[in-house]
Amino acid sequence: MSENPNNWPLWEIFIQSKRGLDHKHCGSLHAADAEMAIENARDVYTRRQEGSSIWVVKSEHIHASRPEDAESFFDPADDKVYRHPTFYTMPEGAKYI
Amino acid sequence: MSNALFQYTLRLADDLLILNHRLSEWCGHGPILEEDIALTNRALDHLGEARNLFTYAGQVEGKNRSEDDLAYLRMERQFTNVKLMEQPNGDYAHTMARSFLFDAYHLPLMQALTKSTDAQLAAIAGKSVKEATYHLRASSEWMIRFGDGTEKSHQRAQAALDNLWTFTGELFENDPVLEEMTKAGIAPDMAAVKAAWSKTVDEVLAEATLKRPADGFMATGGRKGLHSEHMGFILAEMQHVTRAYPGAEW
Repeated sequence: MSENPNNWPLWEIFIQSKRGLDHKHCGSLHAADAEMAIENARDVYTRRQEGSSIWVVKSEHIHASRPEDAESFFDPADDKVYRHPTFYTMPEGAKYI
Repeated sequence: MSNALFQYTLRLADDLLILNHRLSEWCGHGPILEEDIALTNRALDHLGEARNLFTYAGQVEGKNRSEDDLAYLRMERQFTNVKLMEQPNGDYAHTMARSFLFDAYHLPLMQALTKSTDAQLAAIAGKSVKEATYHLRASSEWMIRFGDGTEKSHQRAQAALDNLWTFTGELFENDPVLEEMTKAGIAPDMAAVKAAWSKTVDEVLAEATLKRPADGFMATGGRKGLHSEHMGFILAEMQHVTRAYPGAEW
C-alpha cells in the first residue's frame, strides 16, 4: 500500500484532552502534509470535545522496540521490587508523594 | 418589519440548508476517509446553524411553523437561497471552490451580524463565527493545494472558479428586504462584507496561482425563489420522506 506514490503518508495522532495533561496517542490517519494531518485530526479525533491540542508525527518517524527483544528488555525488571519506592515509611502529614 | 425579518432570517437559513444538502451528498463517497469525515462535519455545522435560523424564523413569522415545516414543507418557489448553493458538486475541486466562495462571504457576514440590533441573530452569528473560521481555513487550503498543486489539479480548480463565478454576484444583491434590514441595523453593511470577501478571494487565489475570473453576467433570482434546474431534484430528495409519511416519528 505505502509503495503507491499516490497514497498520502500515514501520521500518528496525539491528542491532549486538557491543558496540563500529556498528549496521548489516539490513532493514525492519512494526510499529504503536517498541516493537513492536523486538520484531519481535528475532524476525525476531536469532534466530540476530546481535545485542546493536537500533535502529529509521520508514522515512519516512530522507531519501536522489537517484539523479539521483549524478554531481554522487560523481564529483568520482574524481580527488582526494590526499584519501587515502597520501602519508605511515609512521614505523617506528607500528602503528595 | 417582522415580515422582512422573517424573509431575511429565512435567506440565511436556506443558503445553509441547501449547501448542507449538497455537501452531505458526498457522505460515503469522499475521495479519502479523512475528507469524507471532514466534509460531513462541515455539512452538519451548516445544518446546525440552519436549524437555529429556521426555528427563529418560525417564531418571527408567528404562524406556528417549526424548523421542519420550513425545511421540508415549502415548495421550490418559496426557497430563497442563492443559486450558488444548489450548484452540483462536480469534482472535489468544484465542491471546494463552491464552499470557498461561500465561506469567504459567510465568515465576515457572521462576524458583522454579531453586532446586529437583533439579539437573536447576533447570538446565532456569535455561535457560528468559530466554525465559519475553520471552514474558511480548510477550504482556502484546498484552493491553494489544488491551484498550486499539479497541472491537472490547477486546471480543475480554475475551471471550477470560472464556472461558479457567475453565481457570486447574488451573494451581495440588494433588494427591499435587505434595505429595510440594513436600515434597522439588523443586517450589516453588505459593502463591507463584500470588501472582506473580495480581499480573501484575492489573497487565497494569488497564493493558489489561480486567476480571479472577470465579473461578467451574474446569475440572479434565488432570493425571489427563482432557481436553477437543479433545485427541484434537491428538494425532491430532501423532502420526499416527510411528504410521503406526514408527521412520521421514529
